[in-house]
Amino acid sequence: MRYLIRRLGFFVLTLWAAMTLNFFIPRMMPGSPEEALRQRFSKGGSVVSPEQLRTVLAEFGFDPGKNLLLQYVEYLRSMVTGHWGVSIGSSLGVPVTTLIGDALPWTLGLVGISTVLAFILGTLIGTVAGWRRGGLIDGIVPPVFIVTSALPYFWVALLLISLFAIGNNPVLPNDFNYDQSLTPGFTGEFVWSVIKHGILPASTILITAVGGWILTMRNNMVTTLAEDYVRMARAKGIPGRKIMFGYAGRNAFLPNLSGFAMSLGFVISGTILVEYVFNYPGLGYMFYNATVSTDYPLLQALFLLVTLAVLICVLLCDFAVFLLDPRARTKG
Amino acid sequence: MSAIVAGTAAPAPSATRRPRGGLLRAILRNRKAMVGAALLLLFILLAAFPHLFVPWLHGDPRAIGDVPLAKPSGEHWLGTTGLGQDVYAELIYSTRESLVIAVVAGLGATILSVIIGVSAAYLGGFADDGLSMLTDIFLVLPTFPLIIVLATYAGKGNLTVIIIVLILTGWSYGARQMRAQALSLRNRDFLESARVRGERSSYIIVVEVLPTMISLIVANFLGAALYSVLTAAGLQFLGLGDPNSLSWGTMLYWAQNQGALVNGLPAWALSPGLAVALLGVSFALLNYAFDEISNPALRPVRRRRAKS
Repeated sequence: MRYLIRRLGFFVLTLWAAMTLNFFIPRMMPGSPEEALRQRFSKGGSVVSPEQLRTVLAEFGFDPGKNLLLQYVEYLRSMVTGHWGVSIGSSLGVPVTTLIGDALPWTLGLVGISTVLAFILGTLIGTVAGWRRGGLIDGIVPPVFIVTSALPYFWVALLLISLFAIGNNPVLPNDFNYDQSLTPGFTGEFVWSVIKHGILPASTILITAVGGWILTMRNNMVTTLAEDYVRMARAKGIPGRKIMFGYAGRNAFLPNLSGFAMSLGFVISGTILVEYVFNYPGLGYMFYNATVSTDYPLLQALFLLVTLAVLICVLLCDFAVFLLDPRARTKG
Repeated sequence: MSAIVAGTAAPAPSATRRPRGGLLRAILRNRKAMVGAALLLLFILLAAFPHLFVPWLHGDPRAIGDVPLAKPSGEHWLGTTGLGQDVYAELIYSTRESLVIAVVAGLGATILSVIIGVSAAYLGGFADDGLSMLTDIFLVLPTFPLIIVLATYAGKGNLTVIIIVLILTGWSYGARQMRAQALSLRNRDFLESARVRGERSSYIIVVEVLPTMISLIVANFLGAALYSVLTAAGLQFLGLGDPNSLSWGTMLYWAQNQGALVNGLPAWALSPGLAVALLGVSFALLNYAFDEISNPALRPVRRRRAKS
């Protein structure tokens, strides 16, 4: 139980650290947000009165006349209660939560499915490769996947586009999340369009992410197979498949599971690039757009959300390890 | 290739006693390491002497030419950009900045992770708790969004900013490993004897602890360099780098902006990314090879050995 409480404490602390970074980064940087905002608005051709500007900045938690500590406390309160302000970018005035709500399902569907798939596939292939050490699969697997795990996301995306989506006979679309001529709904045509638009981005994530899982799982497996309890199981004459999954695989899987949570940061970085290349209207693309238009409130909210997502995954993985590994339970 | 000598593969204790000689021999014997090293050497040559690879070029490789959007030909091996610049010359001359980012940011992150990881393990107690917590927090903070936020606020395009940001976000994974290994070393006899001799902590850490961790440190540098290459290229690709700099990520940015793929110029759109990928692969291969060297259990099984 103490273990779980400590993990919860870590969760809260990290979230607080992320929010604090979020608060102080814009304030530490050269140039005031007020100036940046004024420039942005005048570039867009719209005239903004100082009062309006101040209102927008207040939403964003910035008020030059106020004590920094007070600002900080107020900012923390509004972040926790979900008052994330309004966008000051391309969709001026729209609440940040609405914008995020529109984009979230697409990213969850695309990235969630392909990441989990990559993790499961990678773990399975790694298990088999480590089990048949020095065999045919193991001969091919490490070199190939060292290479794929070092490929830049965007390059794989561009490669796939040039192979499948460009030329005289494009097989798959390379743009957007569904065919814009269709009306969204649960029709066969629409669903098929969504799937077709998802194939290339999903493959990009799959290709670049799967290598890491295979390699770590294989190496864990190799290390675990040298343990005495595996030899014991062999000596008892337990069938190979059962040893592979129930004895060695189960234990080799534990470090991989904690690694899964840790590596989500990389997945997110990949998502931003992949969604950018494919113009996929998810959170990553929104993040990119918020950067381009220096949309501070949106940027802050997205960063917070992403941190929250990673932390929840870390917590879930911790719980899973807690359930699967008696050592974690007794360690306290 | 070296099936017979493989039998003498140094067992762990002797490897820690003579780290340098053993390490070098181990690298020479590892095929993945050799491929990675050869690739890296090629990139170092390209970065140091770019003019050797483009001997016909006099002046700026970014010079604007007459034929925009040309397909690859004898004159322009990889075609030309929307401004008529020769893609091949740009590619060669871009090696330097990309490699410098990788090496400097990789080194910086490694040094930071050694300092934090080793001092956490060596100091123990309260300092260890604090430093470990800091490491864990940085480990799960989504770094790439953080980098984008930082790069946006700090002014786009500044190379120093990019390198500093890469160092600040890239050290945590290594620090964790450093701490784990330094912890396992802490109560070894040779450190105990140094303590009994009355050596200062700083001396013990620098002269006794660090040399035994050299293979982990090198592996760590390679991992950090790989991370820096990919992240920097990604940042520049998104347009957060200096748009006038000569680097692969910037080339990709322009290729994307000027519609290289749509204009039927895959060589322009893909070659800078391929260069990033190859540099990344060379770091990854070396990294994996170091893993095999420091953990003999992971080495490929050599079947021919039974014959001889």
